[in-house]
Amino acid sequence: MSTEARLLVSSSPHLRDRATTRTLMLDVIVALIPALVASYLVFGVRAVALTFVTVAAAVLAEAAARRIMKREDTISDLSAVVTGLLLAFNLPPTLPYYMAAIGAVVAVVVAKQLFGGLGSNFMNPALVGRVLLVISFPVAMTRWTVLDGADAVAAATPLAQLKAAAAAGSAVPGTGGLPSYVDLLLGTHAGCVGEVSVLALLVGAAYLLARRTISPWAPLAFVGTVGLFALVAGQPPLYHMMSGGLILGAFFMATDYATTPLSWKGKLAFGIGCGLLTGLIRLFGGMEEGVSFAILLMNIVTPHIDKWTRPVPLGGGVRHARSA
Amino acid sequence: MPMTWSFSGGAHPHGRKGTAEAATVRLDGFRRVVLPLSQHAGAPCRCLVAPGDLVKVGQRIGEPGGFVSAPVHASVSGKVVAVRKTVGFSGARIEAVEIESDGVYEMHPDIAPPVVTDRASFVAAIAASGLVGLGGASFPTHVKLSPPADKAPDTLLINAAECEPFIASDYRRILEDPAAVLAGILHVMHYIGIPRTAIGIEDDKPRAIAALHAVIDAKAAADPFGPASHVEVVPLRTRYPQGAEKMLIHAVTGRTVPSGGLPHDVRVMVLNVSTVAFIADYLLTGVPLVRRRLTLAGSAVRSPANLDVPVGVPIGDLVEAAGGFARTPGKVLMGGPMMGVAIDSLDSPIIKANNAILALDEKEARIPDESVCIRCAKCVESCPMRLMPTAIDEASRRNDLEELGTFHCNDCIECGTCSFVCPARRHLVQSIRNGKAQLRAAAAKAPKKEANA
Ligand code: SF4
Ligand code: SF4
Repeated sequence: MSTEARLLVSSSPHLRDRATTRTLMLDVIVALIPALVASYLVFGVRAVALTFVTVAAAVLAEAAARRIMKREDTISDLSAVVTGLLLAFNLPPTLPYYMAAIGAVVAVVVAKQLFGGLGSNFMNPALVGRVLLVISFPVAMTRWTVLDGADAVAAATPLAQLKAAAAAGSAVPGTGGLPSYVDLLLGTHAGCVGEVSVLALLVGAAYLLARRTISPWAPLAFVGTVGLFALVAGQPPLYHMMSGGLILGAFFMATDYATTPLSWKGKLAFGIGCGLLTGLIRLFGGMEEGVSFAILLMNIVTPHIDKWTRPVPLGGGVRHARSA
Repeated sequence: MPMTWSFSGGAHPHGRKGTAEAATVRLDGFRRVVLPLSQHAGAPCRCLVAPGDLVKVGQRIGEPGGFVSAPVHASVSGKVVAVRKTVGFSGARIEAVEIESDGVYEMHPDIAPPVVTDRASFVAAIAASGLVGLGGASFPTHVKLSPPADKAPDTLLINAAECEPFIASDYRRILEDPAAVLAGILHVMHYIGIPRTAIGIEDDKPRAIAALHAVIDAKAAADPFGPASHVEVVPLRTRYPQGAEKMLIHAVTGRTVPSGGLPHDVRVMVLNVSTVAFIADYLLTGVPLVRRRLTLAGSAVRSPANLDVPVGVPIGDLVEAAGGFARTPGKVLMGGPMMGVAIDSLDSPIIKANNAILALDEKEARIPDESVCIRCAKCVESCPMRLMPTAIDEASRRNDLEELGTFHCNDCIECGTCSFVCPARRHLVQSIRNGKAQLRAAAAKAPKKEANA
């Protein structure tokens, strides 16, 4: 055997872990599947079709945008699929398909690619898409339904019902038309495509945590803060924690890599901030669902949080001149 | 359950210590050796021989060029055929002595156990032995044994973590001669005056832990008030880079070496386990550092093994003698896959600090394509020095000296964990090294500017 082979010289390390950007995105996609199945059971096949539309639109928009900007194709990193899924999960199941597609295109092109693509965007693309749709199509975006047999019939969301019940003086879940905790767990109530079943979402979240794809700091702080806020405000904490898309937002969007802080302290601060804002919007704002706005607002302050929560190096990190 | 200790961060590269249970094989019969005169951190040696000279094993051929330096000895008997410049470990050109072996391995007649009576003669003996850190650091051991008087260590910490994948040379050293490990420890404790010793070893090596316990317990039982009863084996969580000096000190003693500081700043002396074992052998025989144990492994190697070979054997000859390549090597490393150095030629010789030679096949050698940072924070979470590798990377690529300082570029120990975990395959360590070079260049320029002004 020839020993004068050409040897490659490169910097250490010479070994890499298995996880890649693509496998991490695949993890998130897998983790969202239980919620999609729950959505099909609660809202019927239209919820799945709507999801298909946003995913397809997001992927096509990503491919087109990269091509127009003359940059390498990135659809194989699967991040556009994740954006499409998350957008659909934040839409009412009755939304016209074309509106959903517009939302997906805006999410990918405006919120992500115009800022340089994956990792450089500073706001969660799916949430930007959702907010744009809320502003542009306020009626369609708040048409809540549940399935009655094969028909979708109008219904109020749990938080709207809670607000009404609280105003009437009896806010006890499971009574007076308020969904019970079991309803919230299973998702058998009005709401967005992917937000309704807390159980399905938590199964997915557990998978991501076990695979260390996400870290627990932001979601736990987020959900915990909302619970505390409700407690202080004299409302049922668990009910607040299990409704209004909080679990979806906390575990799948307040953990978005590009738009949330890097260090664990930063993630904790981010989660607390999201929780406080959500509480404020829910109790004092016009809207019951404050989760999206809270996350977007915190996205904007993420660079500052990163600055305030810079980890201290082991050994103190005093600036020193090293000899040689 | 036994308590185990660790540090924050880190990663789990698959151990792949396929050779761990294979006994060390002594290989001889090499035609020639090439001995660089700078195999250590510090000043290079002055050459003591000329082409045509006959040398014997253990004969000094390189005279240390200062206190921070270590002599070089002939590792075979035979004839000096050349003294020439070669490209050394660090890329600088260094002198090397090439010896053609006569195949006899005849010892130099002057070799005799050193006379050691006190601290000074002990340190002098170690300085004469040519010993450097055998775990890969290659720092002259007698310098480590001479900390400043006001920073006398209260703990001797033996690094037996061997946390890099593939490498099993320290592990074999412990299993095959645990008594030498303990004897070396007791010598250092006695002559340097250190009251206690902790041996840090990863908990995936239960056989080595048991072997160490056995020799320590036997010694302590024979002499209950002797120093052996102050030698403790500390099992550590198996996690990379547990064997990095700062991590090891933190895990075992709870002390934190200050940025830019050394172990003696926190009253610890760290020696690699093979290094202390050599001390015991040397005091017994007086044979200087002319051979070493190393692990030969990797996907391109036909028969991975633990070997005992003369220092200076060209890597190509070593692989040939050990069974050859199974596949065309794409990359050959001195050391482990996380911190090892890729060499550009199979003519490079084994040096004193080489604990492993890894030959990766062309597929494994492929350098992965970089993609954009997705801010997943995996590098931040896993950095054992608690740095923000992604931020240093960005600063380095922008040549932003201010930010390189802000993010403590110089605190990086180049352990490779961040690059290992990065899903975007960013070449973080390479970029951080580059950042350090930028800082060095700026520091070198700064005083000149002042002088001009
Ligand atoms: S691990 Fe890689 S992709 Fe993740 S934050 Fe660090 S540099 Fe960026
Ligand atoms: S930044 Fe340096 S110390 Fe931190 S993980 Fe990367 S190589 Fe290791």
